[in-house]
Amino acid sequence: MAAELHVELVAADRQVWSGEATLVVARTTSGDIGVMPGHQPLLGVLESGPVTIRTSGGETVVAAVHGGFISFADNKLSLLAEIAELSDEIDVQRAERALERAKSEADASAERRADVRLRAVSAR
Amino acid sequence: MGAQLRVYKRRIRSVTATKKITKAMEMIAASRVVKAQRKVAASTPYATELTRAVTAVGTGSNTRHPLTTEADNPTRAAVLLLSSDRGLAGAFNSNAIKAAEQLTAKLEADGKQVDTYIVGRRGVAHYNFRERTISGQWTGFTDEPEYADAKQVAAPLIEAIEKDTAEGGVDELHIVYTEFVSMMTQTAVQAQLLPLKLDEVAAESPAKDEILPLYDFEPSAEDVLDALLPRYVESRIYNALLQSAASKHAATRRAMKSATDNAGELIETLSRLANAARQAEITQEISEIVGGAGALADATAGSDS
Repeated sequence: MAAELHVELVAADRQVWSGEATLVVARTTSGDIGVMPGHQPLLGVLESGPVTIRTSGGETVVAAVHGGFISFADNKLSLLAEIAELSDEIDVQRAERALERAKSEADASAERRADVRLRAVSAR
Repeated sequence: MGAQLRVYKRRIRSVTATKKITKAMEMIAASRVVKAQRKVAASTPYATELTRAVTAVGTGSNTRHPLTTEADNPTRAAVLLLSSDRGLAGAFNSNAIKAAEQLTAKLEADGKQVDTYIVGRRGVAHYNFRERTISGQWTGFTDEPEYADAKQVAAPLIEAIEKDTAEGGVDELHIVYTEFVSMMTQTAVQAQLLPLKLDEVAAESPAKDEILPLYDFEPSAEDVLDALLPRYVESRIYNALLQSAASKHAATRRAMKSATDNAGELIETLSRLANAARQAEITQEISEIVGGAGALADATAGSDS
């Protein structure tokens, strides 16, 4: 049996995803980080970016996460984000529209958010 | 129909209409309480994890941060009062305002200057009427607060606490909100948000016996704490907003229930009075007829003789 870690992906107002996984890749302020079972306890600050979770069933779950934290201890990984969306929840057309609008209004943070959403969808 | 009876009938009609309205408001409030409670429950995982993380940094490193260290000589404090936009909620708003005023008085007695921040039209109106200064106010979202609203409220508060006291910053941040204990009980509570007492946070976290592991901080403990504490404050404010909303709906439900009950009682009393008036009218009419017939008979009898 492959080692597993328990993942909780929670947004401020709801629990987005929870389950067992073999690998989680997230983007912290100092670069991408991959967490596998048995990693040393970790607490990091997340950047806006896609989070990839390889579940123990062999599937891949991708979520767009905007700011937040990653914390890992005792084979339990929590991803805390103010806003988090699973890639299949993302409305591609809406994200594209948001990207257009953000570009025309030169709103850098909105542009990055929309971009992260689109990347999460394409990584699916 | 007699004048008296008509007046009663009219009042019964008007009270019945009022009863219908209060009954509807009661049911709306009841469904909103459930929704608000569900939101409180949905926000709990985030708050729990965040509390755990703050505890971990607080105990796992000896970092000092302006948001966790008490000022040696605190001179200014901020009080955030959560009231509601709408009334018709019994003593909900007056209890919260009273609690805020007690806290303000206590802080002022300690020689601190108090800046008041208010959420909700009722609280704002109360302070404006008394011509007190309000440092910041937010309205329009108290029924169904979103996380973005909490962020919006937290931003100037965090900014104020990070500023030096001499430049208009504050040393302490207190919050007054209404805790949702149960459907029947809601209590106004006051809590100190900042500076954060890490041992209190540790006591709050669910697993007290758990030994926290030695974390590896990415990028560094200071940076993590820097990013973590504002989020923690936001999450606490969000939780307080949600609890206030649930409490407000529960208070409305209760107030509207007693209004409906009172209207029912009033209708009953008025119906009794209306019945008595109708009966009195009938009795009077009969006695008039009998009296008239008797007088007529007497008159006819008199003319015969």
